[in-house]
Amino acid sequence: MIGFLARRLLGLGLTLWLASLVVFVVLEVLPGDPALLMLGVDARPDTLAALRAQMGLDQPVPVRYLGWIGGLLSGDMGISHTYAVPVADLVRDRLAVTAPLAGLAILLSTAVALPLGVLAASRRGRVADYGVMAFSQLGVAIPNFWFGILLVLWLSIGLGWFEAGGFPGWSEGLGPALKSLILPAVTLGLTEAAILARITRAAVLDTLGEDYVRTARAKGLGAGAVMRRHVLRNALIPITTIVGLQFAFLLGGAIVVENVFFLPGLGRLLFQAISQRDLIVVKDVVMVLAALVVAVNLIVDILYAAIDPRPKGMA
Amino acid sequence: MSRFGHPGLLIGGTLTLLIAAMALLSLVWTPYPPDAIRIAARLQPPTWAHWLGTDHFGRDMLSMIMVGARNSISVGAVAVGLGMAVGVPLGLAAATLGGWTDEAVGRLTDLTFAFPAILSAILITALLGPGAVNAIVAIGILNIAVFARVTRAAALHVMARPFVRAAAALGRGPLSVTLVHVLPNVAGALVVQATISFAVAILAEAGLSYLGLGIQPPAPSWGKMLNEAQTFMAPRPTLAIFPGAAIALAVLGLNLLGDGLRDLLDPRIGKVSAKR
Repeated sequence: MIGFLARRLLGLGLTLWLASLVVFVVLEVLPGDPALLMLGVDARPDTLAALRAQMGLDQPVPVRYLGWIGGLLSGDMGISHTYAVPVADLVRDRLAVTAPLAGLAILLSTAVALPLGVLAASRRGRVADYGVMAFSQLGVAIPNFWFGILLVLWLSIGLGWFEAGGFPGWSEGLGPALKSLILPAVTLGLTEAAILARITRAAVLDTLGEDYVRTARAKGLGAGAVMRRHVLRNALIPITTIVGLQFAFLLGGAIVVENVFFLPGLGRLLFQAISQRDLIVVKDVVMVLAALVVAVNLIVDILYAAIDPRPKGMA
Repeated sequence: MSRFGHPGLLIGGTLTLLIAAMALLSLVWTPYPPDAIRIAARLQPPTWAHWLGTDHFGRDMLSMIMVGARNSISVGAVAVGLGMAVGVPLGLAAATLGGWTDEAVGRLTDLTFAFPAILSAILITALLGPGAVNAIVAIGILNIAVFARVTRAAALHVMARPFVRAAAALGRGPLSVTLVHVLPNVAGALVVQATISFAVAILAEAGLSYLGLGIQPPAPSWGKMLNEAQTFMAPRPTLAIFPGAAIALAVLGLNLLGDGLRDLLDPRIGKVSAKR
């Protein structure tokens, strides 16, 4: 297990390092003069010089890269050009919205998709199965930002059950804050639920055809017990993997969904930073998002090893 | 399943044909010029004069959706074409040459997939500036990785088959074996992937345009129409309903078509095609 973890950590560290290289080259090297890109050609020379000094652009590229990585690792992400506050503070405040949003979306999508997938598999070729597959096709085809707009039209403007957007902050209490995240989480979770329902159906169907399931039935075990003890446990392996893989797409979706609901999360911060050409914030936020994806993939790998009922040598 | 009895293929094919026909028709005819502003007729509900109503500038929604279909299809087609033109040779080279080439292509595709697709597209458009061409480049780069990976997997599967090994044993060079025996046999997987990637490209373009990073005004785009509709959807909900329905129907049609083609061409190639 320790060797497995060490290998995974090494691989994920390598991915993060490559990602940092790409982000740095795209945002600091390719534009030529990042300060000019941020301020525009009409900027005053003294303002331009001050920003160049703040970004350390007079130093060689490798020194700047190492300085940036060192800052990221020590929690010093520099000062935002637009907000004039430490980027680390911005990221911490915005993460307090995006992380619960992503968590809630995964929770909701899994809670909907698992029963639907199992239902479709156990009623294969019948109305329930076709219904779940139709939901899956529609869920993948509907753009999440449109689904969010429809929910606002129906539940906010039409019925007045939810605010159309915005976030009151955690200081206003758990209830109001969570309520403002429900519609965005449902919006974000739709595509994930659609994909997960299809994967669950396929995984359960695959497992139902296995010899050990037939043996369990032959022993006289009831259908419910076979499903719980043998089918679901084995089907959870591919399902867990997909949930982990979907996390990267979920974060990508959060960029759009946070804009639909005007949520002050990491995605909206990134989008605003790009619009305002605040490259200091952009490159830090992208790395935080990449690190989140990598961390979740590691957790999924560990869960995968824990769930897999096969002897460790065979897995 | 009979060839003409696959309901998904029929529905998908019909939807795709309808959207393509609407886009083609917009080249020669739209009910009104899509950029004709008539403030006196702003925010009208669907009527006989304006089947889908008008927007906050009094522009005809049906005309804008028709031209939006053309723009979405153009961006999707070029982005998928770019992905295939670069990704397929990369995937074939990785499968045929192996070794360092395979390793390098593998790492490059891994790296592309490490970033959420929309994040990469936003980064690229942030660097190059918003616009249709840059959106095509952003979506096309992601498609390069998708096609490289799908081609490599499909090619490795074909290369393990006896007729390819026999051709190599008869003295045919790697290039000849790849072009004559491998490429034609992975074409089915590539057609399926192209259909699915087309749907993903339409979704990505709509997302970028919704954020203001894709097709720029005054050219109509479905994503931009949804963005503008958000301000006026309380008095006129249809503004937000029709463009979104157009995106969903186009993507649904292409996805169903892709699934149907996969079942029709070869059920096994489903294992190497990737939806997202």
